Amino acid sequence: MALRGALRLLSGSHKCAVTVSRAQGTSAAAHKGTSLFRITGRKDAKVAFSWRDALNLEGQLTEEEIMIRDSFRDYCQEKLMPRILMANRHEHFHREIVSEMGELGVLGPTIKGYGCAGTSYVAYGLIAREVERVDSGYRSVMSVQSSLVMHPINAYGTEAQKEKYLPKLARGEILGCFGLTEPNHGSDPSSMETKAKYNPSSGTFTISGSKTWITNSPVADIAVVWAKCEDGRVRGFILERGMKGFSTPKIEGKFSLRASATGMILMDEVEVPQENLLPNVSGLAGPFGCLNNARYGIAWGALGAAEFCFHLARQYTLDRIQFGVPLARNQLMQKKMADMLTEITIGLQSCLSLGRLIDEKKAAPEMISMLKRNSCGKALDIARQARDMLGGNGIADEYHIIRHVMNLEAVNTYEGTHDIHALILGRAITGLQSFTVDK
Amino acid sequence: MSGRVLVGVKRVIDYAVKIRVRPDKTGVVTDGVKHSMNPFCEIAVEEAVKLKEKKLIKEVVAVSCGPQQAQETIRTALAMGADRGIHVEVTGKDYDTLGPLQVSKILAALAKKEDAQLVILGKQAIDDDCNQTGQMTAALLDWPQGTFASEVSMEGDKVKVVREIDGGLETVKINIPAVVTADLRLNTPRYATLPNIMKAKKKKIANVKPADLGVDLTSRLEVLRVDEPPQRQAGMKVETVDDLVGKLKETGHI
Repeated sequence: MALRGALRLLSGSHKCAVTVSRAQGTSAAAHKGTSLFRITGRKDAKVAFSWRDALNLEGQLTEEEIMIRDSFRDYCQEKLMPRILMANRHEHFHREIVSEMGELGVLGPTIKGYGCAGTSYVAYGLIAREVERVDSGYRSVMSVQSSLVMHPINAYGTEAQKEKYLPKLARGEILGCFGLTEPNHGSDPSSMETKAKYNPSSGTFTISGSKTWITNSPVADIAVVWAKCEDGRVRGFILERGMKGFSTPKIEGKFSLRASATGMILMDEVEVPQENLLPNVSGLAGPFGCLNNARYGIAWGALGAAEFCFHLARQYTLDRIQFGVPLARNQLMQKKMADMLTEITIGLQSCLSLGRLIDEKKAAPEMISMLKRNSCGKALDIARQARDMLGGNGIADEYHIIRHVMNLEAVNTYEGTHDIHALILGRAITGLQSFTVDK
Repeated sequence: MSGRVLVGVKRVIDYAVKIRVRPDKTGVVTDGVKHSMNPFCEIAVEEAVKLKEKKLIKEVVAVSCGPQQAQETIRTALAMGADRGIHVEVTGKDYDTLGPLQVSKILAALAKKEDAQLVILGKQAIDDDCNQTGQMTAALLDWPQGTFASEVSMEGDKVKVVREIDGGLETVKINIPAVVTADLRLNTPRYATLPNIMKAKKKKIANVKPADLGVDLTSRLEVLRVDEPPQRQAGMKVETVDDLVGKLKETGHI
């Protein structure tokens, strides 16, 4: 979908033309350009190196995956990029983007039926990478809706629940959120304090407790909340806006993922009908299944943010002249870019391998932990380095990198901190758990 | 009325790519360079799909002439909502010399074969900027034409086309069957949605050779040389108006 952005600029229908042209100047060259270049007709025909796609990821994707990625990339660059500067600066969440993404069919893309596209996990990863290239907050909104709300309903819910909620969630008509983390229990969800008590007389559950750091909660229509039942097992419940005792205050003073709304879920004796219980899972396997689904998307996504920072830093250092030469002429700059290129390229290859394994149903959770941890940690480093390369301009949000630096702090932390994933891997490597002090 | 619309889509070098002239000066570098659907062809497809959604026509057929890769462009049109595709296979030397005259002969033959009531094309391609194919196709078919369309509406057995012309806007009403070429402001092409991209896989693309349509691809044009635009020369600064006038006289400008 080639000229759309430029055509709209020409026909003057863009509101923030200055921002768009600046963004286009820096990132347009970064996305549409030469990929692998073959000189044919010579006996020793060489394959030239492309810094944009160093290990030819393009050649390993199917035509369908390329079309999905290209179409969605155009939407992200033309529709999301122009909004993000102000959305982030003024901490405004554009609820409309959920409906827009719903129209494009990218919400819950791996689910089959119920108005969902039923595409591959590799396509899901490519989608996440394109959104996060714009902003991690937008990608968080998409991940929550797809992996943390639609997925549990699809995997653990009844047919009635699926029919009731999935089509509307797919269209972005209703927005969901995922309530697991509590103020006193982040990395150890098994000790959660939110309780669900069953009332046989009314056939309802009474749920009390509080959840925090919940993406979408202030404006969500439904919440998939995980609570401990009387038998000590954790189970999932679908709560709806309007239920008595259910409130979702916004968290103020947040300096990360500002373009997405984050809040708490406060439940004061909320009466939830038993039809809203997700019956097909109990125990922490439920929430962890969802988290793994989301973490896979994040592994791809974080690299999208890293790519943006790398490409922008490259362009900036090529344009900026100090001491009579472009900054990019300097060895320190080139070394930083070489490191960025290497990590991003290797990261993307690993994500592609993982996506294919998931599609073949041959993936283990630890694989996802390993790549979520790697992508997020490396992306944060890349963003910080890129910020440094831009010097003073690097702290201005107009150059976008500082926003990615802020965002990636949260991305590195949520869905399992960098350290927690290390413990997951450590346990898999040694057979010895190191989460708790007792044996 | 067959209710069938033929839409021509051309695979061109992507608008954002920096064009480089080949060292042998016979053309531009296309190997390994990103290609996509000509933007005006996107607008043409969008218009055809819109007509189908309004139930004014029944079927949208996307056509592209070129080598194997032209199928990608047809696939994009299918993902936007076209019903089926026709890939007219043109390769090698024939493809190098393929121009508006040859394409319009092909489109005219297909329009007759498919019993199309409308042929919608982009007004021009961004690689050659010819702006000829639509007009030639109409002439070969002896059909009326509504070019540079910024608005298209079906009115019974006629089409009303608002055209963008130098002096402003001109409205014409032409009989069906007709040829329409799309201009910039006709519509805003949709993003191909995921479900539609996946459905596009199942839609058929027929393979046709120009000989099957009785079309002779010989070109009457020969490209002698392709050069880059001349490098911009430095300007000259003068101190007074008299100096300026003097310099202009010197260089023969006045």
